[in-house]
Amino acid sequence: MSLRLAVAAALGALALFPLAGRDYYATLMLPFFGYGIALLGLNLLFGTTGLLSFGHALFVALGAYTAAFLTSKLGVLDLEVILMAAAVAGAVIALPTGLLCVRYVRIYFGMLTLAFGMLFYSFLLKFYAVTGGDEGMRVLRPRLLGLAWASFGKVEFLTGPFYYYSLAVLVLGAVVMWRIVRSPFGLGLAWTSFGKVEFLTGPFYYYSLAVLVLGAVVMWRIVRSPFGLGLRAIRENAGKAEFTGVDVRRYRLSAFVVAAVFGAVGGALLPIPTGLADPLLAYWTHSGNLVFMLLLGGFGNFFGPVLGAFVFIVLQDQVMSITQYWRFVFGAILAVVVVFFPQGLTGLLDRRQRAGT
Amino acid sequence: MLGGVFHAAVLFLVAAGLQLVFGVQKILNLACGSFYALGAYAGVSAVSWALAAGAPPPIFPLVLVGAGLGLALVGPVIERLLRTIYDRDESFQLLLTFALVLMFEDVIRFVWGTAPHQLSSAYLVYGQLRVGGLVIPVYNLVVIAAGGAIAALMGFLLARTRFGRIVRATAENRGMAEAMGVDVSRVYVRVFTLGVALGTVGGALVIPATAAVNEMGIDLIVEAFAVVVIGGLGSMRGAVAGALIVGIMRAVAVATYPEVEMLAIYVVVIAVLVLRPAGLFAKAAA
Repeated sequence: MSLRLAVAAALGALALFPLAGRDYYATLMLPFFGYGIALLGLNLLFGTTGLLSFGHALFVALGAYTAAFLTSKLGVLDLEVILMAAAVAGAVIALPTGLLCVRYVRIYFGMLTLAFGMLFYSFLLKFYAVTGGDEGMRVLRPRLLGLAWASFGKVEFLTGPFYYYSLAVLVLGAVVMWRIVRSPFGLGLAWTSFGKVEFLTGPFYYYSLAVLVLGAVVMWRIVRSPFGLGLRAIRENAGKAEFTGVDVRRYRLSAFVVAAVFGAVGGALLPIPTGLADPLLAYWTHSGNLVFMLLLGGFGNFFGPVLGAFVFIVLQDQVMSITQYWRFVFGAILAVVVVFFPQGLTGLLDRRQRAGT
Repeated sequence: MLGGVFHAAVLFLVAAGLQLVFGVQKILNLACGSFYALGAYAGVSAVSWALAAGAPPPIFPLVLVGAGLGLALVGPVIERLLRTIYDRDESFQLLLTFALVLMFEDVIRFVWGTAPHQLSSAYLVYGQLRVGGLVIPVYNLVVIAAGGAIAALMGFLLARTRFGRIVRATAENRGMAEAMGVDVSRVYVRVFTLGVALGTVGGALVIPATAAVNEMGIDLIVEAFAVVVIGGLGSMRGAVAGALIVGIMRAVAVATYPEVEMLAIYVVVIAVLVLRPAGLFAKAAA
């Protein structure tokens, strides 16, 4: 009950946030939406299934480069298409890599994912002609809901995704609408007359928020489904799960692919505010930061990863403005979390709540 | 080719530290790359200081090794921190070492700044050797010899001495070793410190040949990972073989087709993990 209240309050706050007129902080929230989605995926892998990936940045970078490639090379500017393409790219890459990775668990799984991540990183870095090397790749401003009906039509036969997509758009539709009605532009515009900051804190802000909500709704359904139960059974005891009829390898593979799709979709949102997809997105320390966010928020709670992304980004911004040695501070925080609060922030809140009642 | 062996010698030291700690404490220490970077920076400082104090240039490798060994004193401190999570899931252990990576990176930035530090003056003190059309800096040979000597020493230490027997027993079965009267926590401190020393000495030795830069630690750790995966986790012989494979492959790739330099290494790593997850050398001795 109180969870529902907290989520509603957080959502309300996020929806009203850009109206406060603090553009800087509204822009700061944008990576949070992207990371929030990516972490929901990563948590399905670690929190629910018990597989720690040290190469999840691969999929985040994949999404970011999908956005870069589509906008600057192919001239595809519709964000719906980009997100879809990122999801497909994530799934296509995750299927073969996942097939290899999920044969192993524990430390070998972590190392294999790390190797794949670094493989992708070196590809991004070295194949200058395709990826722009260390200069990265430009990401152009996408169109939001620009070809909404056409893209909905494409998805129609995939009744599941379409259902959740429209649900989330509906949930936030009122808020978005309110903003849009007040602006002189209707749906279907390329937002060209918006200045960069206006675009980022207005339409793009709500769009990203909607995608995050949508991602959370889908992931909620996945975790609560029999499939999610199967994954949890695997984490607790893979042998027992096998005996009760759970196809362990296929379940793990599915979790891997779903996590990758979430990573890629989140990743596609990430480079838009900065306008640049950078090979460092695939570097192993970025994977480490993703796991850090996850642990900070708490992997035992469904909303833990989203909270972790939020706290990480706000904290990073604050600490960086105080000292250039933010890595040291963050390393110390991570050490404290690992040693004393392995359940993360949500674990801490839960305990307090239980003690109170 | 020889450059590859030079790189392999350094890589072996770091990977050996990684192997030792993993074999005994079962912790995959991401921070071993940070020890390497720390050793490199300390090496630059120590040699500049020694030269300024009027030490004859040819003894600088000894100064480097000394700096590396001195730095190993941080080993017991960090081991104390890691001790809090020995009985925890290995994901947490991995993350704690990742926290160390972040912290060390900024410690280095704080103490030495972001500019690269170089010791090029010392590099050619030993002169160069001409073999046919090749020019080989003698210092490279010194490092290769040192790497080989340390490998032999490690082999001797682990296989022939009392300490080595105790370490291997602890790696094999911690509870049993404890029951036989081994003070396991003391063994852990020593092993971890030895692992740190291997990393810092490796970093210190590489320094006359290349500049010390901020990213060297996090870059090297993935290569050291490649080495231990190819060689097999926890195997010393595997570390030697893996280091040679990675070092030489890198040198060949750089000479022939630079785009695939790192790519080739990861492809081999993935191939080994997929085909022989235990590594080319199955776990024999820790």
